[in-house]
Amino acid sequence: MKNEMTGDDYPVEIVSLTKYYGNVTGIRDINFGVGRREIFGLIGPDGAGKTTLLRILATLILPDSGKALVEGLDAVRDFRKVRRIIGYMPGSFSLYGDLTVKENLNFFAAVFNTTIDENYHLISPIYSHIERFAGRRAADLSGGMKQKLALSCALVHHPRLLFLDEPNTGVDAVSRNQLWEMLFELRDSGITIIVSTPYMDEAQKCDRVALMQEGAIMTIDSPESIVDRYPGSLYQVRTSRMASLSEDLEALDDSASAHRFGDSVHFSIRDDKDILERTRRHLCDRNHSDIEIERIKPSIEDSFIKLMTGEAAQGE
Amino acid sequence: MKILIEVIKKEFLHIIRDPRTLIIILGIPVAQILLFGYVITNEIKDAGIAIYDKSGDHVTARLTGKILSSGYFHLVRNISSVEEIDQSFQSGNIREVVVFGEEFAEKLGRGEAAPVQIITDASEPNTARLMENYTLGIINSFSRELYPGSAVRQPVSVPVRMLFNPELKSVFMFVPGVMALLLTLISAMITSLSITREKEQGTMEMLLVSPFRPFHLILGKVLPYVIISLINAVVIIILANTVFGLPVRGNLVLLLAECLLFVTTALSMGIFISTITGSQLVAMMISMVGLMMPTMLLSGFIYPIRNMPRILQLVTNIIPARWFIVIIKSVMIKGTGFGAVMAESAVLAGMTLLFLGFSVLNFNQRLQ
Repeated sequence: MKNEMTGDDYPVEIVSLTKYYGNVTGIRDINFGVGRREIFGLIGPDGAGKTTLLRILATLILPDSGKALVEGLDAVRDFRKVRRIIGYMPGSFSLYGDLTVKENLNFFAAVFNTTIDENYHLISPIYSHIERFAGRRAADLSGGMKQKLALSCALVHHPRLLFLDEPNTGVDAVSRNQLWEMLFELRDSGITIIVSTPYMDEAQKCDRVALMQEGAIMTIDSPESIVDRYPGSLYQVRTSRMASLSEDLEALDDSASAHRFGDSVHFSIRDDKDILERTRRHLCDRNHSDIEIERIKPSIEDSFIKLMTGEAAQGE
Repeated sequence: MKILIEVIKKEFLHIIRDPRTLIIILGIPVAQILLFGYVITNEIKDAGIAIYDKSGDHVTARLTGKILSSGYFHLVRNISSVEEIDQSFQSGNIREVVVFGEEFAEKLGRGEAAPVQIITDASEPNTARLMENYTLGIINSFSRELYPGSAVRQPVSVPVRMLFNPELKSVFMFVPGVMALLLTLISAMITSLSITREKEQGTMEMLLVSPFRPFHLILGKVLPYVIISLINAVVIIILANTVFGLPVRGNLVLLLAECLLFVTTALSMGIFISTITGSQLVAMMISMVGLMMPTMLLSGFIYPIRNMPRILQLVTNIIPARWFIVIIKSVMIKGTGFGAVMAESAVLAGMTLLFLGFSVLNFNQRLQ
C-alpha cells in the first residue's frame, strides 16, 4: 500500500491512522489513498468508524497516531490550509435553522471569502432544486432539501476535495439519486470525493470502496472487484419453511453460511459440482418442500456479510 | 474583516428571528428595576406606634399630633399602663411606643425638662434606629418651635449635612447596584449561550471547517449584543430617573460611555464562559447562578466593601460590578468627570481585554 502512495496522484493519503475514545476504539490502523477524480466510499454499519475517519480528515478531531494527508498537507499540523481546500458536510444537519436558505448559503460563501454568484455554476445542479425556497427558513425544509442546502454550503467555495458524512441518511429516493448525479458531475469536474454511507446499494456507485467494520477496514477495492472476489458460490433459496431455512442450510457443511434477504435466503457455499443436488436432498430430509434454488451474482452486501462473518470467525 | 462583518450580520439575524428572547432580554431589566425599587427600601413609611401619655395635657396632644402628621407613623392605639407596652409589642403591629412623662406641660412651664421615652422594637435593628431618629427629629423641632431661644443653651451644636443625597433615599444605593447586577447577569448570559448554542446545534462543526479565525467569531458575537445591553442600561437609567427620581448629575455622554465599557466587559466574560463550557445549560448555570452571588455580595451593592475582612476585600477586586458601581455613583450621583473614574475605567478595560484574549486562546478549533 505504502509504495503506491508516493507521488502526487493521491489527494488523500492515510497512514496507520488510529483514534480511541477512552477505551473505545474509534478507528485502528487505517491505511489507504484516494486518487484524483475518484469517488471513494466508506461503507459500514453505525459504529464502524466512518464519521471518525471523516472528521480527522476534516481536521475536526485529532488522531492518536498515524497521519492523514490532504493534498500533501497534514490534517493536524496544517489544519488551517486544509480547511481552505476542503468542503465538508457533517452527518447531522449543521446549518442555521433560523436563517433562510439564501442567508445560510450567503454566510458560508462569505466566510470563505467568496460569493454565491462566483461559484453558482458549481452548485447550480443541486441548488436549482431548492432555489425557489430561497426565502424559507432552513429548519422548515424537508430532509432532501436540507441535504441539498448542506451540500450547496459545503461546495460554495469550490473546494478541491469534498467529504460527505452519510449525506443520504433520512433522504427520499429521488433526492438520493439527484445527489449521486451531482457527485458524478463534481468528480468529472476534478473534485475528489470521500463519501460514507451505511447503504450497501450506494457502494456500487463509488469508484472504490472501503468496507469498514468496528474501526478497521476489511477490504478496499472497486465494487466490481469486491464482488468478483466473492469466495464460493451464492444461491438464492426459497422453500415452504422459511423460518428454519437459514439454520438448516448452515448445517449442510462448515463452509455454508446463510442470511435472510427479503423474501429469500442467500446461501453461500464453496464451489462444488453436485452442490445443487446435495442441497436439495438435505432440505428434503428436513421437511422442506417447494424448494427453489437459483444461483445468483453476489452483491456488495453479500460480500460485506461474507467478510464480516469471516472476520468474526477469525476472531474466535 | 469581511468575515467579522458577516458573523455580526448573522448574529443580528439570529436576534431578530427570535423576538421572544429579545423581549425577555429587554423586559427583564424593566421588571427587575421596578421590583427592586419598590421592594428594597429602608425608609420608614406609616409605621404602627402606640402612645402612652401619662399627663394628657395640651402640649402632649400637640406633640402627638406632630408625630402622627409626619407621615412616618400612624397611631394604632393609646395605652394607659406600663404592662400594656409589652403587650403592644407582642401584638406585632406596633413597632414603637412613645411615653410622655407626668405633668408634661407644668414641668415645661416651670422651665424643667419634660421626659419623653422612645421604646422601639429592635428585633429589626435598622428600622428601630431609623424610627428613633425620625421621632427624635420631630420632637427636637417641636421644642425649638416652643422655645426658639433654646439652641443657645446647647453648648455644642452639630449641624449635619448629608451630601449628594440629603434625604438619604435608598434609590441612590440600589440603582447603581441593580444596574451593575442586571447588566452583568444579562450580558454574560446572552453571550455565554451564543457559542455553546453553535456547539449544540452542530453548526460549529460546519463553521470550524472554514477559514475563519477564533477572534472573528468571538468579536462577531460580542459586538451585536453590545447594542442590546446598552439599550438595557439606558432603560434602567431612564426608569431610575423618572420613576424613582434619581438624578443624573454628571455628563450623560460619559455615563453612557461607561455603561458601554461595562457591558462590553460583561459580554466578554460571557463569551469566555462559553468557550470553557460545552452546553447551553452549563453556560447558563455559570452565568446566572455563578455570577449572581459574588456580584450581589462582593460588589459593594448591598454590603460596604470596607467593612469586609481583608481577604474578601481583595477578592472584590476581581468583580467587574464593584468598579462599575463606583463609576456610576461618581458620575450619576456626584456628577464627577472622567478624571475621577479613570482608574476604575482602566480596570474594566483591562478586564475586557483579558476576557477576550483568554477566549481567543481558549477557543477550541476542533470538536474535542
